[in-house]
Amino acid sequence: MNNGKFEPRIIAFLCNWCTYTAADAAGVARMEQPANVDVIRVMCTGRIEPMFILKAFSEGADGVIVSGCHPPGDCHYNNGNFKTFRRMPLVEALLTQFGIDEGRFHWGWISGAEAPLWAQLARNFTEQVRALGPLAWKSQKASKED
Amino acid sequence: MADNQKLKLALYWAASCGGCEIAIVELREKILVVDQVADIVFWPVAVDAKYKDVEAMPDQYIDVCLFNGAIRTSENEHLAHLLRKKSKVLVAFGSCACEGCIPGLANLNDRQSIFDYVYLESPSVDNPNKVIPQPTYQMPEGEIHIPKFYNTVKTLAQIEDVDYFVPGCPPQAPQVWSVIEAIVAGNLPPKGSVVGANEKTVCDECKHDRKEKAIRKFYRYHEIIADSTQCLFDQGIICAGPATRGGCGSLCTKVDVPCRGCYGPPPHVVDQGAALLSAVASVVDADTEEEAARIVGEIPDPIGTFYRFGLPNSLLHRARLVKE
Repeated sequence: MNNGKFEPRIIAFLCNWCTYTAADAAGVARMEQPANVDVIRVMCTGRIEPMFILKAFSEGADGVIVSGCHPPGDCHYNNGNFKTFRRMPLVEALLTQFGIDEGRFHWGWISGAEAPLWAQLARNFTEQVRALGPLAWKSQKASKED
Repeated sequence: MADNQKLKLALYWAASCGGCEIAIVELREKILVVDQVADIVFWPVAVDAKYKDVEAMPDQYIDVCLFNGAIRTSENEHLAHLLRKKSKVLVAFGSCACEGCIPGLANLNDRQSIFDYVYLESPSVDNPNKVIPQPTYQMPEGEIHIPKFYNTVKTLAQIEDVDYFVPGCPPQAPQVWSVIEAIVAGNLPPKGSVVGANEKTVCDECKHDRKEKAIRKFYRYHEIIADSTQCLFDQGIICAGPATRGGCGSLCTKVDVPCRGCYGPPPHVVDQGAALLSAVASVVDADTEEEAARIVGEIPDPIGTFYRFGLPNSLLHRARLVKE
């Protein structure tokens, strides 16, 4: 597997009802997707605290995906995804200020019926992050920095 | 340094403004009580003792050291290690030592960019020979040294073992007094505790009336005259109260100034800025993605707003460092 190429570590927070279902279906249908994406299932993208995303980057993730149900009507809890689209633009602005490249964070919507879209996102995003190189946030933790 | 049974107290300032020293003096006449129960063996701002006097003390000689200020230079770090060795109890005193505070916002830059601005580019600087401080310099009389300026501002706990944390910018005098009382009585909580503060948020102490939040526009403080009965956050002024530990008596909101977050995160909150960001964005009254992006896009400087007092202590510590 490892042929000297940089293999990015990507954390994907997916909502149980839409994108996780799509990712599951993509797997069952044996669609081609990279092994770089580690999926964390949450019940709703509205449950994703911005802290989760920062924690992923601080612990060594090279890229982060947040994906859930299409607004306005798809959310299993009516308006959980509203919380997501209110928070994520601000998270994007915050990450930019922290110096984390725009291409390392993706948020959006993939429904349970859109398995090919998920497989495509996983492939494209992995290549995009690979091109950006390692983020290696751990190496600049304050305790180690002079 | 008397041989009596008095408590041996040390106070030190690292990268700080001096406000924490004022917080001690603000004890007013109670400072005389402090003098009755304690000998101040080291306090650069008020007592004439030198670093070599501290170095000459036996280990664990100091009973309690109140350390304020963040770790900005090698001198700060040296003193932190030295005072840890010489003290039985080391207290991170004030927001800088606990979380990095305002000096910690320098973590958006690095040494090079700070030096370039401060010594070369700032409009008020006249430096035709482009002199930049060097850690070592050869003089005819010999080599001289100044402390090294670090790239990253650190909290005390990031470089040393800390026993207690007293938050606040500065810690409020009644809280300082209750900490001193606890020390004198030997009535100290488990190691690692935050003392001189409350377990709930600033909102819990705030007098303003809260309603269901639905914000269509955020205002900076100078853009609006705040209603002094309604929750400031409800009015669209970003107030750090929901993500900040109480204990200050909600001093700022009492006079209709929004909380800025100096008492740090409440218990169980890992990252104060992320918690505040989440609280702020969630109450935006927008039902489409475009509308939401427009409203939150009007918030200038997210790190300065959400991490004003806690950037070095946050999950990411600093902006990404581009290697020199």
